[in-house]
Amino acid sequence: MPAEKGKLVRQYVERIRQRAAGGGRPLRLMEFCGTHTTAISRSGLRSLLAGTVELVSGPGCPVCVTSDWEIDRMLAYSDVPGVILTTYGDLMRVPGSHSSLAERRSEGTDIRVVYSPLDAVAMAEAEPDRPVIFLGVGFETTAPATALAIREADRRKLTNFFVHSAHKATVPAIRALLGQGGARLDGLLCPGHVSTVIGSEAFRFLPEEFGLPAAVGGFEPLDLVVALDYLVEAALGLRPVGLYNGYSRWVRPEGNERALALLRETFELREAQWRGLGTIPESGMGLRGEYRRFDAEVAFPATVPQPVPRKGCRCGDVLRGELIPSQCPLFSKVCTPSRPYGPCMVSGEGACAAFYRYGGEEAPVEV
Amino acid sequence: MCLAVPAQVLSVDGSKAQVDIQGNRREVDVTLVNVQPGDWVLIHAGIAIQVLDKEQAEATVAAYRELREALGI
Repeated sequence: MPAEKGKLVRQYVERIRQRAAGGGRPLRLMEFCGTHTTAISRSGLRSLLAGTVELVSGPGCPVCVTSDWEIDRMLAYSDVPGVILTTYGDLMRVPGSHSSLAERRSEGTDIRVVYSPLDAVAMAEAEPDRPVIFLGVGFETTAPATALAIREADRRKLTNFFVHSAHKATVPAIRALLGQGGARLDGLLCPGHVSTVIGSEAFRFLPEEFGLPAAVGGFEPLDLVVALDYLVEAALGLRPVGLYNGYSRWVRPEGNERALALLRETFELREAQWRGLGTIPESGMGLRGEYRRFDAEVAFPATVPQPVPRKGCRCGDVLRGELIPSQCPLFSKVCTPSRPYGPCMVSGEGACAAFYRYGGEEAPVEV
Repeated sequence: MCLAVPAQVLSVDGSKAQVDIQGNRREVDVTLVNVQPGDWVLIHAGIAIQVLDKEQAEATVAAYRELREALGI
Protein backbone atom coordinates (compact mmCIF):
# COMPACT_ATOMS: atom_id res chain seq x y z
CA MET A 1 0.00 0.00 0.00
CA PRO A 2 1.42 3.41 -0.94
CA ALA A 3 2.49 5.58 2.01
CA GLU A 4 -0.13 8.29 1.40
CA LYS A 5 -2.89 5.64 1.49
CA GLY A 6 -1.51 4.42 4.82
CA LYS A 7 -1.64 7.97 6.18
CA LEU A 8 -5.23 8.28 5.04
CA VAL A 9 -6.10 5.01 6.80
CA ARG A 10 -4.55 6.35 10.02
CA GLN A 11 -6.56 9.57 9.72
CA TYR A 12 -9.75 7.54 9.38
CA VAL A 13 -8.82 5.34 12.33
CA GLU A 14 -8.23 8.42 14.49
CA ARG A 15 -11.53 9.98 13.40
CA ILE A 16 -13.45 6.77 14.08
CA ARG A 17 -11.82 6.41 17.51
CA GLN A 18 -12.57 10.00 18.52
CA ARG A 19 -16.18 9.92 17.36
CA ALA A 20 -16.94 6.48 18.78
CA ALA A 21 -15.34 7.39 22.12
CA GLY A 22 -18.02 10.09 22.55
CA GLY A 23 -20.78 7.47 22.38
CA GLY A 24 -20.51 6.42 26.03
CA ARG A 25 -20.01 2.73 25.21
CA PRO A 26 -18.13 0.84 22.50
CA LEU A 27 -20.12 0.54 19.27
CA ARG A 28 -20.72 -3.02 18.11
CA LEU A 29 -20.23 -3.50 14.37
CA MET A 30 -20.43 -6.92 12.73
CA GLU A 31 -18.58 -8.03 9.64
CA PHE A 32 -20.62 -10.83 8.06
CA CYS A 33 -17.98 -12.06 5.66
CA GLY A 34 -15.11 -14.39 6.60
CA THR A 35 -12.82 -12.72 4.07
CA HIS A 36 -13.53 -9.42 5.87
CA THR A 37 -12.74 -11.13 9.19
CA THR A 38 -9.27 -12.02 7.93
CA ALA A 39 -8.71 -8.63 6.25
CA ILE A 40 -9.73 -6.74 9.41
CA SER A 41 -7.54 -8.85 11.68
CA ARG A 42 -4.55 -8.72 9.31
CA SER A 43 -4.78 -4.93 8.97
CA GLY A 44 -4.71 -4.55 12.76
CA LEU A 45 -7.98 -2.57 12.75
CA ARG A 46 -9.57 -4.82 15.35
CA SER A 47 -6.97 -3.92 17.94
CA LEU A 48 -6.53 -0.28 16.79
CA LEU A 49 -10.23 0.39 17.32
CA ALA A 50 -10.50 -1.69 20.52
CA GLY A 51 -12.29 0.11 23.35
CA THR A 52 -14.20 2.40 21.00
CA VAL A 53 -15.50 0.05 18.32
CA GLU A 54 -15.96 -3.65 18.91
CA LEU A 55 -15.69 -5.51 15.60
CA VAL A 56 -17.49 -8.84 15.90
CA SER A 57 -17.48 -11.59 13.29
CA GLY A 58 -20.71 -13.00 11.91
CA PRO A 59 -21.82 -16.26 10.28
CA GLY A 60 -20.04 -15.56 6.99
CA CYS A 61 -17.32 -18.19 6.98
CA PRO A 62 -18.92 -20.89 4.79
CA VAL A 63 -17.01 -23.88 6.13
CA CYS A 64 -17.53 -22.67 9.72
CA VAL A 65 -21.33 -22.60 9.37
CA THR A 66 -21.40 -26.01 7.67
CA SER A 67 -22.85 -28.33 10.31
CA ASP A 68 -21.23 -31.47 11.69
CA TRP A 69 -24.10 -33.43 10.13
CA GLU A 70 -23.39 -32.01 6.68
CA ILE A 71 -19.68 -32.85 6.99
CA ASP A 72 -20.64 -36.39 8.07
CA ARG A 73 -22.94 -36.62 5.04
CA MET A 74 -20.05 -35.60 2.76
CA LEU A 75 -17.73 -38.12 4.43
CA ALA A 76 -20.29 -40.86 3.71
CA TYR A 77 -19.51 -40.54 -0.02
CA SER A 78 -16.16 -42.21 0.75
CA ASP A 79 -18.09 -45.51 0.64
CA VAL A 80 -19.16 -45.04 -3.00
CA PRO A 81 -17.07 -47.54 -5.06
CA GLY A 82 -14.38 -45.86 -7.21
CA VAL A 83 -15.41 -42.37 -6.15
CA ILE A 84 -13.31 -39.24 -6.68
CA LEU A 85 -14.28 -36.51 -4.19
CA THR A 86 -13.35 -32.96 -5.17
CA THR A 87 -13.62 -29.79 -3.12
CA TYR A 88 -12.00 -26.51 -2.12
CA GLY A 89 -8.98 -26.69 0.16
CA ASP A 90 -10.85 -24.86 2.94
CA LEU A 91 -13.05 -27.87 3.59
CA MET A 92 -10.34 -30.54 3.88
CA ARG A 93 -9.56 -30.28 7.59
CA VAL A 94 -13.01 -29.33 8.88
CA PRO A 95 -14.01 -32.01 11.38
CA GLY A 96 -17.32 -33.82 11.23
CA SER A 97 -18.44 -35.76 14.30
CA HIS A 98 -15.82 -38.49 13.84
CA SER A 99 -13.46 -37.69 10.93
CA SER A 100 -12.52 -35.15 8.24
CA LEU A 101 -11.88 -35.24 4.50
CA ALA A 102 -8.13 -34.99 5.18
CA GLU A 103 -8.31 -38.09 7.41
CA ARG A 104 -10.35 -39.97 4.82
CA ARG A 105 -7.75 -39.13 2.21
CA SER A 106 -4.98 -40.49 4.41
CA GLU A 107 -7.06 -43.67 4.75
CA GLY A 108 -7.12 -44.08 0.97
CA THR A 109 -10.19 -42.26 -0.39
CA ASP A 110 -9.35 -40.37 -3.60
CA ILE A 111 -10.00 -36.77 -2.53
CA ARG A 112 -8.69 -33.92 -4.68
CA VAL A 113 -8.55 -30.21 -3.98
CA VAL A 114 -9.65 -28.13 -6.96
CA TYR A 115 -9.34 -24.43 -7.77
CA SER A 116 -12.63 -24.45 -9.68
CA PRO A 117 -15.53 -26.92 -9.97
CA LEU A 118 -14.91 -26.73 -13.73
CA ASP A 119 -11.68 -28.67 -12.99
CA ALA A 120 -13.83 -31.41 -11.42
CA VAL A 121 -15.91 -31.58 -14.62
CA ALA A 122 -12.69 -32.12 -16.61
CA MET A 123 -11.72 -34.95 -14.21
CA ALA A 124 -15.11 -36.61 -14.75
CA GLU A 125 -14.62 -36.44 -18.50
CA ALA A 126 -11.10 -37.90 -18.20
CA GLU A 127 -12.27 -40.81 -16.00
CA PRO A 128 -15.74 -41.72 -17.30
CA ASP A 129 -15.91 -44.99 -15.34
CA ARG A 130 -15.61 -43.30 -11.95
CA PRO A 131 -18.15 -41.07 -10.21
CA VAL A 132 -16.75 -37.60 -9.51
CA ILE A 133 -18.51 -35.69 -6.74
CA PHE A 134 -17.88 -31.99 -6.18
CA LEU A 135 -18.56 -30.89 -2.60
CA GLY A 136 -19.85 -27.34 -3.02
CA VAL A 137 -19.67 -24.89 -0.13
CA GLY A 138 -19.93 -21.12 -0.18
CA PHE A 139 -22.33 -18.24 -0.56
CA GLU A 140 -23.57 -16.44 -3.67
CA THR A 141 -19.99 -15.55 -4.68
CA THR A 142 -19.12 -19.22 -5.02
CA ALA A 143 -22.41 -20.83 -6.07
CA PRO A 144 -22.35 -19.49 -9.69
CA ALA A 145 -19.16 -21.49 -10.39
CA THR A 146 -20.92 -24.66 -9.20
CA ALA A 147 -23.94 -23.84 -11.37
CA LEU A 148 -21.68 -23.32 -14.40
CA ALA A 149 -19.97 -26.66 -13.72
CA ILE A 150 -23.35 -28.42 -13.71
CA ARG A 151 -24.26 -26.73 -17.00
CA GLU A 152 -20.90 -27.74 -18.46
CA ALA A 153 -21.36 -31.37 -17.38
CA ASP A 154 -24.83 -31.27 -18.97
CA ARG A 155 -23.42 -29.85 -22.21
CA ARG A 156 -20.73 -32.56 -22.33
CA LYS A 157 -23.42 -35.19 -21.58
CA LEU A 158 -21.50 -36.52 -18.59
CA THR A 159 -23.32 -39.05 -16.42
CA ASN A 160 -20.58 -39.45 -13.81
CA PHE A 161 -20.37 -35.86 -12.48
CA PHE A 162 -22.29 -35.01 -9.32
CA VAL A 163 -22.57 -32.12 -6.89
CA HIS A 164 -23.31 -32.13 -3.18
CA SER A 165 -24.59 -28.60 -2.65
CA ALA A 166 -24.00 -27.11 0.79
CA HIS A 167 -24.25 -23.64 -0.79
CA LYS A 168 -26.02 -21.07 1.31
CA ALA A 169 -27.74 -17.71 0.90
CA THR A 170 -26.50 -14.77 2.98
CA VAL A 171 -29.65 -12.70 3.48
CA PRO A 172 -31.72 -15.41 5.26
CA ALA A 173 -28.82 -15.93 7.72
CA ILE A 174 -28.58 -12.22 8.53
CA ARG A 175 -32.35 -12.07 8.97
CA ALA A 176 -32.26 -15.10 11.27
CA LEU A 177 -29.43 -13.63 13.31
CA LEU A 178 -31.21 -10.31 13.78
CA GLY A 179 -34.56 -12.03 14.33
CA GLN A 180 -33.08 -14.12 17.16
CA GLY A 181 -32.33 -10.81 18.88
CA GLY A 182 -28.71 -11.71 19.46
CA ALA A 183 -25.55 -9.75 18.77
CA ARG A 184 -27.04 -6.28 19.74
CA LEU A 185 -25.47 -4.57 16.76
CA ASP A 186 -24.99 -0.90 15.87
CA GLY A 187 -24.17 -1.56 12.22
CA LEU A 188 -23.36 -4.25 9.70
CA LEU A 189 -20.46 -4.42 7.27
CA CYS A 190 -22.00 -6.25 4.31
CA PRO A 191 -20.02 -8.80 2.29
CA GLY A 192 -18.20 -7.18 -0.65
CA HIS A 193 -17.87 -10.07 -3.04
CA VAL A 194 -21.28 -11.59 -2.30
CA SER A 195 -22.62 -8.14 -3.22
CA THR A 196 -20.94 -8.22 -6.64
CA VAL A 197 -23.41 -11.02 -7.40
CA ILE A 198 -26.57 -10.18 -5.40
CA GLY A 199 -26.17 -6.37 -5.51
CA SER A 200 -25.96 -3.78 -2.75
CA GLU A 201 -29.75 -3.30 -2.81
CA ALA A 202 -30.13 -6.82 -1.37
CA PHE A 203 -29.11 -5.27 1.97
CA ARG A 204 -31.60 -2.37 1.83
CA PHE A 205 -33.76 -4.28 4.35
CA LEU A 206 -31.19 -3.67 7.09
CA PRO A 207 -31.83 0.08 7.47
CA GLU A 208 -35.46 -0.13 6.34
CA GLU A 209 -36.72 -3.06 8.43
CA PHE A 210 -34.20 -3.21 11.27
CA GLY A 211 -33.10 0.45 11.47
CA LEU A 212 -29.53 -0.82 11.20
CA PRO A 213 -26.83 1.12 9.32
CA ALA A 214 -25.35 -1.05 6.55
CA ALA A 215 -22.24 -0.57 4.43
CA VAL A 216 -20.92 -2.71 1.59
CA GLY A 217 -17.14 -2.63 1.87
CA GLY A 218 -14.07 -3.77 -0.01
CA PHE A 219 -11.12 -5.61 1.49
CA GLU A 220 -8.19 -3.19 1.48
CA PRO A 221 -7.52 -1.25 4.71
CA LEU A 222 -8.77 1.98 3.12
CA ASP A 223 -11.97 0.29 1.88
CA LEU A 224 -12.53 -1.06 5.38
CA VAL A 225 -12.07 2.20 7.29
CA VAL A 226 -14.26 4.15 4.84
CA ALA A 227 -17.10 1.64 5.34
CA LEU A 228 -16.60 1.56 9.13
CA ASP A 229 -16.51 5.38 9.24
CA TYR A 230 -19.92 5.44 7.55
CA LEU A 231 -21.35 2.93 10.03
CA VAL A 232 -20.02 4.88 13.01
CA GLU A 233 -21.43 8.18 11.70
CA ALA A 234 -24.85 6.60 11.11
CA ALA A 235 -24.83 4.76 14.45
CA LEU A 236 -24.06 8.01 16.30
CA GLY A 237 -26.78 9.96 14.44
CA LEU A 238 -24.30 12.15 12.57
CA ARG A 239 -26.02 11.09 9.36
CA PRO A 240 -29.28 9.28 8.60
CA VAL A 241 -29.34 5.50 8.98
CA GLY A 242 -29.06 4.04 5.51
CA LEU A 243 -27.22 1.76 3.10
CA TYR A 244 -23.83 2.82 1.77
CA ASN A 245 -22.00 1.16 -1.11
CA GLY A 246 -18.30 1.74 -0.46
CA TYR A 247 -17.22 -0.84 -3.05
CA SER A 248 -19.03 0.66 -6.06
CA ARG A 249 -16.13 -0.05 -8.41
CA TRP A 250 -17.14 -3.72 -8.29
CA VAL A 251 -20.62 -3.71 -6.73
CA ARG A 252 -23.65 -2.52 -8.67
CA PRO A 253 -26.98 -1.88 -6.97
CA GLU A 254 -28.59 -4.74 -8.92
CA GLY A 255 -25.57 -7.12 -8.79
CA ASN A 256 -24.77 -9.44 -11.68
CA GLU A 257 -28.11 -10.25 -13.29
CA ARG A 258 -26.66 -13.01 -15.47
CA ALA A 259 -25.22 -14.77 -12.41
CA LEU A 260 -28.48 -14.32 -10.47
CA ALA A 261 -30.51 -15.80 -13.35
CA LEU A 262 -28.13 -18.77 -13.49
CA LEU A 263 -28.55 -19.33 -9.73
CA ARG A 264 -32.35 -19.13 -9.98
CA GLU A 265 -32.43 -21.61 -12.88
CA THR A 266 -30.03 -24.13 -11.31
CA PHE A 267 -30.88 -24.02 -7.62
CA GLU A 268 -33.96 -23.76 -5.45
CA LEU A 269 -33.90 -22.49 -1.90
CA ARG A 270 -34.50 -25.10 0.78
CA GLU A 271 -34.22 -25.43 4.51
CA ALA A 272 -30.61 -25.66 5.70
CA GLN A 273 -28.77 -26.27 8.95
CA TRP A 274 -26.31 -23.60 10.06
CA ARG A 275 -23.83 -24.05 12.85
CA GLY A 276 -24.74 -21.50 15.49
CA LEU A 277 -28.01 -20.42 13.89
CA GLY A 278 -29.85 -23.74 13.68
CA THR A 279 -32.27 -24.60 10.87
CA ILE A 280 -33.21 -21.65 8.63
CA PRO A 281 -35.97 -21.98 6.01
CA GLU A 282 -35.07 -21.16 2.39
CA SER A 283 -31.41 -20.56 3.20
CA GLY A 284 -29.74 -23.48 1.42
CA MET A 285 -29.33 -23.97 -2.32
CA GLY A 286 -30.45 -27.40 -3.55
CA LEU A 287 -30.44 -28.49 -7.19
CA ARG A 288 -33.62 -27.71 -9.06
CA GLY A 289 -35.79 -29.89 -11.33
CA GLU A 290 -33.91 -31.35 -14.30
CA TYR A 291 -30.55 -30.74 -12.59
CA ARG A 292 -31.39 -33.17 -9.78
CA ARG A 293 -29.80 -35.93 -11.87
CA PHE A 294 -26.49 -34.27 -10.93
CA ASP A 295 -27.41 -34.27 -7.24
CA ALA A 296 -25.04 -36.50 -5.27
CA GLU A 297 -27.56 -36.74 -2.42
CA VAL A 298 -30.09 -38.32 -4.81
CA ALA A 299 -27.59 -40.54 -6.67
CA PHE A 300 -25.85 -41.88 -3.55
CA PRO A 301 -28.35 -41.90 -0.70
CA ALA A 302 -27.05 -42.55 2.79
CA THR A 303 -28.56 -42.44 6.25
CA VAL A 304 -26.48 -40.21 8.47
CA PRO A 305 -27.52 -39.84 12.12
CA GLN A 306 -27.66 -36.41 13.76
CA PRO A 307 -24.36 -36.13 15.62
CA VAL A 308 -24.03 -35.29 19.29
CA PRO A 309 -23.00 -31.62 19.72
CA ARG A 310 -19.27 -31.04 20.13
CA LYS A 311 -18.51 -30.76 23.86
CA GLY A 312 -17.26 -27.38 25.03
CA CYS A 313 -16.92 -25.86 21.55
CA ARG A 314 -18.37 -22.31 21.47
CA CYS A 315 -18.03 -21.90 17.68
CA GLY A 316 -21.80 -21.40 17.38
CA ASP A 317 -21.73 -18.48 19.86
CA VAL A 318 -18.77 -16.97 17.98
CA LEU A 319 -20.68 -17.22 14.68
CA ARG A 320 -23.59 -15.27 16.19
CA GLY A 321 -21.24 -12.54 17.37
CA GLU A 322 -22.12 -13.29 21.00
CA LEU A 323 -18.67 -14.43 21.99
CA ILE A 324 -15.24 -13.05 21.10
CA PRO A 325 -12.95 -16.01 20.24
CA SER A 326 -10.56 -15.28 23.10
CA GLN A 327 -13.50 -15.58 25.55
CA CYS A 328 -13.91 -19.28 24.68
CA PRO A 329 -12.30 -21.44 27.39
CA LEU A 330 -10.76 -23.72 24.76
CA PHE A 331 -9.21 -20.87 22.71
CA SER A 332 -5.43 -21.23 22.27
CA LYS A 333 -5.33 -23.83 25.07
CA VAL A 334 -7.09 -26.92 23.75
CA CYS A 335 -7.93 -25.42 20.35
CA THR A 336 -5.18 -24.06 18.07
CA PRO A 337 -4.76 -23.89 14.26
CA SER A 338 -2.40 -26.89 14.33
CA ARG A 339 -4.78 -28.91 16.55
CA PRO A 340 -8.18 -27.35 15.92
CA TYR A 341 -11.15 -28.52 17.98
CA GLY A 342 -13.86 -26.50 16.24
CA PRO A 343 -14.40 -25.31 12.66
CA CYS A 344 -13.89 -21.60 13.52
CA MET A 345 -10.25 -22.48 14.25
CA VAL A 346 -9.83 -24.74 11.19
CA SER A 347 -10.68 -22.39 8.37
CA GLY A 348 -8.17 -19.63 7.69
CA GLU A 349 -11.22 -17.35 7.56
CA GLY A 350 -12.68 -18.53 10.83
CA ALA A 351 -12.91 -15.87 13.52
CA CYS A 352 -10.89 -18.01 15.98
CA ALA A 353 -8.09 -18.66 13.48
CA ALA A 354 -7.93 -14.94 12.61
CA PHE A 355 -7.79 -14.00 16.31
CA TYR A 356 -5.12 -16.60 16.95
CA ARG A 357 -2.90 -15.38 14.12
CA TYR A 358 -3.42 -11.63 14.28
CA GLY A 359 -5.08 -11.04 17.63
CA GLY A 360 -2.22 -9.26 19.40
CA GLU A 361 -2.64 -5.62 20.44
CA GLU A 362 0.66 -4.79 18.73
CA ALA A 363 -0.63 -5.72 15.26
CA PRO A 364 0.23 -2.81 12.93
CA VAL A 365 -1.79 -1.23 10.14
CA GLU A 366 -0.47 -2.48 6.81
CA VAL A 367 1.41 0.30 5.05
CA MET B 1 -13.73 -18.44 0.76
CA CYS B 2 -15.20 -15.34 -0.85
CA LEU B 3 -11.75 -14.21 -1.86
CA ALA B 4 -11.79 -12.82 -5.40
CA VAL B 5 -8.94 -11.25 -7.34
CA PRO B 6 -8.87 -8.60 -10.07
CA ALA B 7 -7.48 -9.54 -13.48
CA GLN B 8 -7.15 -7.82 -16.85
CA VAL B 9 -8.64 -9.46 -19.94
CA LEU B 10 -6.07 -10.18 -22.68
CA SER B 11 -8.27 -11.98 -25.21
CA VAL B 12 -11.74 -13.47 -25.41
CA ASP B 13 -12.76 -16.70 -27.21
CA GLY B 14 -16.45 -17.49 -26.70
CA SER B 15 -17.08 -18.31 -23.03
CA LYS B 16 -13.34 -18.40 -22.21
CA ALA B 17 -10.84 -15.59 -21.83
CA GLN B 18 -7.13 -15.31 -21.26
CA VAL B 19 -6.47 -12.96 -18.36
CA ASP B 20 -3.50 -11.50 -16.55
CA ILE B 21 -3.74 -12.09 -12.79
CA GLN B 22 -0.89 -10.23 -11.09
CA GLY B 23 1.49 -11.11 -13.90
CA ASN B 24 0.28 -14.69 -14.39
CA ARG B 25 -1.60 -15.73 -17.52
CA ARG B 26 -4.67 -17.89 -16.95
CA GLU B 27 -7.80 -19.06 -18.72
CA VAL B 28 -11.05 -18.16 -16.99
CA ASP B 29 -14.74 -18.56 -17.76
CA VAL B 30 -16.51 -15.35 -18.82
CA THR B 31 -20.05 -16.71 -19.33
CA LEU B 32 -21.44 -14.39 -16.64
CA VAL B 33 -19.93 -11.11 -17.86
CA ASN B 34 -19.73 -9.09 -21.05
CA VAL B 35 -16.06 -8.23 -21.60
CA GLN B 36 -13.53 -7.07 -24.14
CA PRO B 37 -9.73 -7.13 -24.08
CA GLY B 38 -8.46 -4.46 -21.69
CA ASP B 39 -11.41 -4.75 -19.26
CA TRP B 40 -10.77 -5.56 -15.61
CA VAL B 41 -12.72 -8.46 -14.10
CA LEU B 42 -13.05 -10.03 -10.67
CA ILE B 43 -12.13 -13.74 -10.64
CA HIS B 44 -13.45 -16.30 -8.15
CA ALA B 45 -13.01 -20.08 -8.54
CA GLY B 46 -11.99 -19.78 -12.18
CA ILE B 47 -14.91 -17.64 -13.31
CA ALA B 48 -15.31 -13.90 -13.82
CA ILE B 49 -18.12 -12.75 -11.53
CA GLN B 50 -18.08 -8.99 -12.24
CA VAL B 51 -16.57 -6.28 -14.45
CA LEU B 52 -14.88 -3.20 -13.04
CA ASP B 53 -17.04 -0.08 -13.25
CA LYS B 54 -14.41 2.33 -14.61
CA GLU B 55 -16.38 5.48 -13.78
CA GLN B 56 -16.88 4.39 -10.18
CA ALA B 57 -13.23 3.35 -9.88
CA GLU B 58 -12.08 6.76 -11.14
CA ALA B 59 -14.57 8.51 -8.85
CA THR B 60 -13.22 6.55 -5.86
CA VAL B 61 -9.62 7.46 -6.69
CA ALA B 62 -10.60 11.13 -7.19
CA ALA B 63 -12.48 11.21 -3.88
CA TYR B 64 -9.46 9.84 -2.01
CA ARG B 65 -7.18 12.36 -3.77
CA GLU B 66 -9.44 15.27 -2.76
CA LEU B 67 -9.57 13.98 0.78
CA ARG B 68 -5.79 13.70 0.97
CA GLU B 69 -5.39 17.23 -0.37
CA ALA B 70 -7.94 18.55 2.14
CA LEU B 71 -6.04 16.84 4.94
CA GLY B 72 -2.67 17.95 3.58
CA ILE B 73 -1.21 14.42 3.15
